Amino acid sequence: MSDIPPAIELVGISKAFGPVQANKDISIRVMPGTIHGIIGENGAGKSTLMSILYGFYKADAGEIFIAGQKTQIPDSQAAIAAGIGMVFQHFKLVQNFSVLENVVLGAEDGALLRPSLAKARKQLKSLAEEYELHVDPDAIIEDLGVGMQQRVEILKALYRHADILILDEPTGVLTPPEADQLFRILGRLKAEGKTIILITHKLREIMDITDTVSVMRRGEMDSTVKTSETNPADLAERMVGRKVLLRVDKTPAKPKDVVLEVRDLNITDAKGVHRLKGVSFNVRAGEILGIAGVSGNGQSELLEVLGGYEKATGEILLNGVPLDLTGAHSDGQSRRARGIAHVPEDRQHEGLIMDFSAWENTAFGYHHDPDYQINALLMDNAAILRDAQEKMDRFDVRPADPLLSAKNFSGGNQQKIVVAREIERDPDLLLVGQPTRGVDIGAIEFIHQQIVALRDAGKAILLVSVELDEIMGLSDRIAVMFDGKIMGERLPENTNEKELGLLMAGVTDGESA
Amino acid sequence: MDKMPKWADVALVPVVSLIIAALISAIVFVAVGQNPWEALKLMAYGAVGTSDFLGYTLFYATNFIFTGLAVAVAFHASLFNIGGEGQVLLGGLGAAIVVLFVPWPHWTLALIAGATAAAVFGALWVAIPAYLQARRGSHIVITTIMFNFMASGVLIYMLSGPLKPDGNMQIATAIFPEASHLPSLNDIAGLFGSDLFGRSPVNISILIALLACVAVWALIWHTRLGYQIRALGRSESAAKYAGISAVNITMIALLISGGLAGMMAVNNTMGINTPQLVDNAAGGAGFIGIAVALMGRNHPVGIIIAALLFGALYQGGAELSAATSIPVQIVVVIQALVIMFTGALDEMVRAPIEKLFIRFGRSRVAGE
Repeated sequence: MSDIPPAIELVGISKAFGPVQANKDISIRVMPGTIHGIIGENGAGKSTLMSILYGFYKADAGEIFIAGQKTQIPDSQAAIAAGIGMVFQHFKLVQNFSVLENVVLGAEDGALLRPSLAKARKQLKSLAEEYELHVDPDAIIEDLGVGMQQRVEILKALYRHADILILDEPTGVLTPPEADQLFRILGRLKAEGKTIILITHKLREIMDITDTVSVMRRGEMDSTVKTSETNPADLAERMVGRKVLLRVDKTPAKPKDVVLEVRDLNITDAKGVHRLKGVSFNVRAGEILGIAGVSGNGQSELLEVLGGYEKATGEILLNGVPLDLTGAHSDGQSRRARGIAHVPEDRQHEGLIMDFSAWENTAFGYHHDPDYQINALLMDNAAILRDAQEKMDRFDVRPADPLLSAKNFSGGNQQKIVVAREIERDPDLLLVGQPTRGVDIGAIEFIHQQIVALRDAGKAILLVSVELDEIMGLSDRIAVMFDGKIMGERLPENTNEKELGLLMAGVTDGESA
Repeated sequence: MDKMPKWADVALVPVVSLIIAALISAIVFVAVGQNPWEALKLMAYGAVGTSDFLGYTLFYATNFIFTGLAVAVAFHASLFNIGGEGQVLLGGLGAAIVVLFVPWPHWTLALIAGATAAAVFGALWVAIPAYLQARRGSHIVITTIMFNFMASGVLIYMLSGPLKPDGNMQIATAIFPEASHLPSLNDIAGLFGSDLFGRSPVNISILIALLACVAVWALIWHTRLGYQIRALGRSESAAKYAGISAVNITMIALLISGGLAGMMAVNNTMGINTPQLVDNAAGGAGFIGIAVALMGRNHPVGIIIAALLFGALYQGGAELSAATSIPVQIVVVIQALVIMFTGALDEMVRAPIEKLFIRFGRSRVAGE
């Protein structure tokens, strides 16, 4: 240990929200000029810890030292003054302002804007040269891609003289090539002596870029290790507290007849933007077709059309019989009647009613099921309750209490309620969107097994996920979507993340050389 | 975990709200030079002190049950129907027309016909705002409040024109035919030799109100329609995913809401001592229904309790201003305070109580 003080030292930080102990006696040292990763499952307390560091929350106990100096951080202004910059997962940019205006916003020198902007323009230029952070200062934010917008966020922090940069799940919205660019920038920042804290749940990123890594579990700091002395399996085990299978365990698919055939699907939204551009593919019984792509490239719309609540032109055949795409004769109900079950991408806003209890959610979408009715008028609440209890037991939902509101379950258990409801309907086709988003590793394993089991029962499965690992591990065939188009199809055994990443970024085979 | 136990949600919050309203009311009484304790005693006496007073309290409570239910049904679909006032007036028009122009042989038939007509007119009156909300996204709060003014205009036109009996100075319909008069509860008590409700107008409609409570309870928690109403109310995006039609459910929920509000007119026109439709037939009950629904947590049982409370407040307040030099405006202020604290400022009381429960709640285990 040298005599340089750590850039950040947290000692004994605790924070409780009511009876929930979000952070418990957390201590951590981050040396200057390093990249320090913080990993942990959802709810492990990573975000709370960073919010304390950035002045959003006040810790109940503990001390913060910045460069050896004990520092109070009551609000984000104090954090900025202490040299801390934060890049949030959801960018905090004014969409119709220019890059320059966004950078200056909140850091103007006086009542008049012009001198501030002129100063900022000069400074942006030097920052761009120093860190290879090139952005057109006059571009309007909404015209920029997400990767560029993220650069603006980083520039904002640097403009405020941040020496410590915290990035919260920075690659969630990036394509793999964009992520690589980000990591190059971070490497450059590190070389210039900046300290970087990277919060992520992607083990690969931790392995690729960090110097040290801290693992959080259930509000506590499990361990801090040198990245060079650990491996993904070890980290996963520390995160979950038990051994986990990182790979999906499955046998080769035995595809049979085509169940779903999509031909030349097009969607133009209310603003006239083409969301889907001539999408065609098919899914056979007994196989999983994975759709890879960065979020926002038409996958959501595709699921919505198949799920019956978005209009489109083109043709979709289910077992050879067309589905109505005009919206006139179709909705979620009619699709379910045709044997399509749907685990939606957003369980909190679509798959579940958070204020409903688990048993009420068990009937959600299937509330017309004759088994759930006493007579033409009354619903059989007791029958639904029994059914919910059975499904929760079978899918190991914890706590297995059907009377509890959906919002009181963890993300993984909420997802299990949705997956149980949809899979137990024994559908011909299962649509699955982001099945493991915000789901803890233990539950991911279980949900993947259920999807594979349904495939092995001879059902067709369409999987949409932004997690490349999930796509690679689960799919029997992979289609990549970019900008509303299918860029190509690959077999998982004949492709790799680099090739898929290029397709996800819109680079087709011809250009990739 | 839920933020606080159910009993605190349904009982503690309204009681604390009431206490705050009472304390501020006490300050108001002191400010106008009255003894608040005496005033409270007088109000209590005015609400339940004699059989007449008790009967009037129940009569008003009947009104508030109907409008409270109306607001609650719409609330379950996350729709704020504040047009109860207008729907009551139109309901009164419907009841008056079928009772005045059809010679019903017996009050039972008149009651069924009157209640049906009142419900249909109330529902039709909300149908236009409902359609505009469901199809065009015009906000239901704006449209229903506008429709209150129109309802008032329509009613005054009808009462001073087409429905005005010759030689009548009052803005009101003729008195309804004798055969259609509803039996008062005192008539029924009289069968057993009792004079429990005196000369008060509380009548058979209170049973209709209680039946409506059972019907709403069954509708909301035991039918598919109720399930869909609640689902839409809690999450429109999830309802879309499940294939629940926002347009249809919005229309249906509001029509039921308007129908319930309209049915209040049975009590307030056919049930009063001189059965007729007068120009201020709603008497603010449409708005009080909002407070009743909020305080009753949109549950029929809560609504019955809240309606009784507001009935007592209404009747007791009227007696208070009649029996003392306290101006009637002060009584209105008191009623407004109670509505404000139990209704509009509900969150102000709820949030700190929730915080207390979270701070001192020991029953829960750290999860996320």
